[in-house]
Amino acid sequence: MSEAAGIYEAFRDAIRAEEPVALATIIDGPQAGAVSDVRPQAGAKLLVQPDAPTMGTLGDSDLDRVVERDALGMLDAGISEVRHYGQHGEARQMDLSVFVECHARRPHMVIFGAVDFTRALASQAKLLGYRVTVCDAREVFATRRRFPMADEVVVDWPNRLLDRIGDELGPRDAVCVLTHDHKFDVPAIVGALPTRVGYLGAMGSRTTHEKRSERLREAGVTDEQLERVMAPIGLDIGGRTPEETAVSIVAEIIAAHTGRQAPRLKDGQGRIH
Amino acid sequence: MDEILDDIDRWRAVGQRVAVARVVDIEGSGPRDPGAAMAVNEEGEVAGSVSGGCVEGAVVGEALELLGGRRGPGITTFGYSDDEAFAVGLTCGGTIHLFVEELDW
Repeated sequence: MSEAAGIYEAFRDAIRAEEPVALATIIDGPQAGAVSDVRPQAGAKLLVQPDAPTMGTLGDSDLDRVVERDALGMLDAGISEVRHYGQHGEARQMDLSVFVECHARRPHMVIFGAVDFTRALASQAKLLGYRVTVCDAREVFATRRRFPMADEVVVDWPNRLLDRIGDELGPRDAVCVLTHDHKFDVPAIVGALPTRVGYLGAMGSRTTHEKRSERLREAGVTDEQLERVMAPIGLDIGGRTPEETAVSIVAEIIAAHTGRQAPRLKDGQGRIH
Repeated sequence: MDEILDDIDRWRAVGQRVAVARVVDIEGSGPRDPGAAMAVNEEGEVAGSVSGGCVEGAVVGEALELLGGRRGPGITTFGYSDDEAFAVGLTCGGTIHLFVEELDW
């Protein structure tokens, strides 16, 4: 941090630098100005960042430790919400309400295959705030010129890219395999399966996917792992063009993230959020 | 919080005190998710929003009360179950809980 910093300055600088940061604030509990200044009280703050010491305190070291752990988990999942704790961080107690405001890094979409569908999917993913990487081993196709909307265009084999970045992929990220070619599809899927990526989809007809599944099994992929692969990729909205297909893919990603079945809102009941 | 940082910096640079109201919880359909924030300075200037425009006016009032020392930091709730808030009018019919505090940290 550039200036000798309060919590606000550190929080602000992290947000501007797009570094993951969570700010925990006691929003309900003992009132400010109560007997002791060190007890947890409304307004007290703890700033949490991965791989960095915390700043501030909620007024109790045990509470700080528990909230730091929870805030790191919430950052990973990209959730901001209120959690309840006892005065020393006890679970299942309601003494304190702590709001954790998370600024997670942007989710990452890795698209394998530099094809027409890739262009539409990359644009659609940018609209949703993803950092987009397009990867293809064929350098005539994987060019900046063809994918100006992508944050990164990588000429390499899928398994080699995933060797490098696989550890960084988490529940909010997505890997989409659009190559239609077993030569690329198989190493991409095999490379993505051991990662924590939240969504793994592969394009191709049912017949293509059956053949691909045989190759994947030969490469040592289990049936349980195959279940994780969304193939054919996307929701059944009848999309045909690259743009329509891109909508069906990102809609499937959103539904996978929220755990919804994705029927029509009109046919359902209850809350829409 | 992102979209109000520039205004907060500008106000603090000239010595203005600032109150921040953040959405911490929503019930039913809330227009903005938890984390949405609005800042108000001593002169009643506003940055950001916490709803689709339905409750911002009332939030300015709360923020000025806070900066004037007539209330402490705490949760303020707007929703259709609350008569006063109904007058304010949350069009989506949900309830939002805001945490209002001075930015003195």
